[in-house]
Amino acid sequence: MAESLYFEYPVDGENFASAGQASTRVKRNLRELGLDSETIRRVSIAMYEGEINMVIHARGGVAKIEVTDSQIIIILEDKGPGIANIEQAMQEGFSTAPDDVRSLGFGAGMGLPNMKRYTDYMNIDSVVGEGTTITMKVNY
Amino acid sequence: MSSYIHSVSLDSSKCTGCTTCMKHCPTEAIRIRNGCAVIDADRCIDCGECIRNCQNHAKKSIYNTFDEIKAYKYTIALPAPALFEQFENLDDIDIVLQGLLDIGFDDVFEVAQAAEIVSDYTRKYLKTEGIKKPAISTACPVIARLVCLRFPFLKDNLVPLLPPIEIAASMAREEALKKNPDLKPEDIGICFISPCPAKVSYIKNGFGSYKSQVDLAISMSEIYFMLINVMKREKVRTITSKAGRIGISWAMCGGEASALFNDKIIAADGIKNVISVLDQLEDGNIPPVDFVELNACPGGCVGGVLTIENPFVSKNRLHALRRYLPVSQYVETEDYVPDKGYSPDLPDYKPLNRLSDSIGESMRIMAQIQAIKKSLPGIDCGSCGAPTCRAFAEDIVKGKADQNDCLIAYKDIIKQYIENYSGGEKSDS
Repeated sequence: MAESLYFEYPVDGENFASAGQASTRVKRNLRELGLDSETIRRVSIAMYEGEINMVIHARGGVAKIEVTDSQIIIILEDKGPGIANIEQAMQEGFSTAPDDVRSLGFGAGMGLPNMKRYTDYMNIDSVVGEGTTITMKVNY
Repeated sequence: MSSYIHSVSLDSSKCTGCTTCMKHCPTEAIRIRNGCAVIDADRCIDCGECIRNCQNHAKKSIYNTFDEIKAYKYTIALPAPALFEQFENLDDIDIVLQGLLDIGFDDVFEVAQAAEIVSDYTRKYLKTEGIKKPAISTACPVIARLVCLRFPFLKDNLVPLLPPIEIAASMAREEALKKNPDLKPEDIGICFISPCPAKVSYIKNGFGSYKSQVDLAISMSEIYFMLINVMKREKVRTITSKAGRIGISWAMCGGEASALFNDKIIAADGIKNVISVLDQLEDGNIPPVDFVELNACPGGCVGGVLTIENPFVSKNRLHALRRYLPVSQYVETEDYVPDKGYSPDLPDYKPLNRLSDSIGESMRIMAQIQAIKKSLPGIDCGSCGAPTCRAFAEDIVKGKADQNDCLIAYKDIIKQYIENYSGGEKSDS
């Protein structure tokens, strides 16, 4: 059994234009490892959505990725406002994104539902006023 | 070792080891070893970026010389459509075609004529059910090789049609045998006039199990200087162009795609742009399109490193040249793509961006790369002979480089050493 690989990327919350860079770098690494395209696609979509959320709501955070010999674990940590009602946040179309973000085509309320759809496991750990940690797992 | 024959090569007597080519190589195929550039044949895609960027003219393209046509009884020139845009004030393509006869070819077959056939085939191919879209053009040989090496997940998107140069070569040979019944097929020498080293390499290697029907490839710049001496507007011409706007327009980026009469197309040129489009395609981040035309050279074939004129001037000339041309001179004969239009298979290149064949082994290698990378300065200066610190780390792990080659790290060691001695406190050892 191979030892796990770890990657860690800061997600810059100040710069909206650079959102998505961490998922691009993870994707490149997964390709080098020789993972299949479907797994890479799932990981990159789920992580991209999470990254965008961190930029919109939490002014950035940290993305930690662990690659084991059977799954990819993505942990997204931020010190943002937290999610008051997780059940509501998980509903498709529900969003608290401000108008300026919506005008860029984001904030459609599909982020969290998509993250759940593309992963095999997802857990949201959030405290209002302190921050949110999302853990996702994709089996391969 | 690679058995792939490359046109791009190095004149080591001119190379100063300056790292410019290494920095521009899109597949990180170049390293500097002992003060001289070394090209990794497995990674090279013959795009010509190193030739374009080398200030010392140490990078060059190998091609056939004009004299080699003498080995054949009957020679046919296959001018790439980019040839016509090299000449100032040219208003009639026939003048160039006549020039090719005058410098010694027995006949001329325009690749542009065959391009119109391939355009027609492509339109039909795109209507085929079950094909993977977007279909990616294989007319530029750099793209075909780049996709196989770096974007293996997009391999099924490559259009399996033969490029215009091959259709032209087989039609030219057939025609010549009909016109001259006493010739044997091997008496005929088909000579492509190439705008780029990639086409030269393609002719030498074929594509997959397909062997090119072209016998020789000569540089466009070499032919240009011969043509310029014989081309005269007032000369009697015995040859007439058989291509229209569609065929000629293949010379520039967007020409091939616009011939499909389809709005759902993307056309990109320049190797960096091409790679970013392929990256996005692989991620599924591109809106649904039917066809993607990619040209490694800026502006398309008119930007090839074996051309004379800069691609933007060439594009302007192309617009003027095609003004009074018919849209196409190809008359559709079949409502399907004949077998001879297809290439039999795709080449089996080993993808480059995989560290090894097994995921477990790749993970071990990547962990080692990560560990080494942490100790490197991360400024990608290139002085170690690798294009990036990341590439250097990979070279170390694979036993192709020594960590002491990093000058920045070495500087610190020396600094330490000097401090230890000059500071009065001699080190223990």
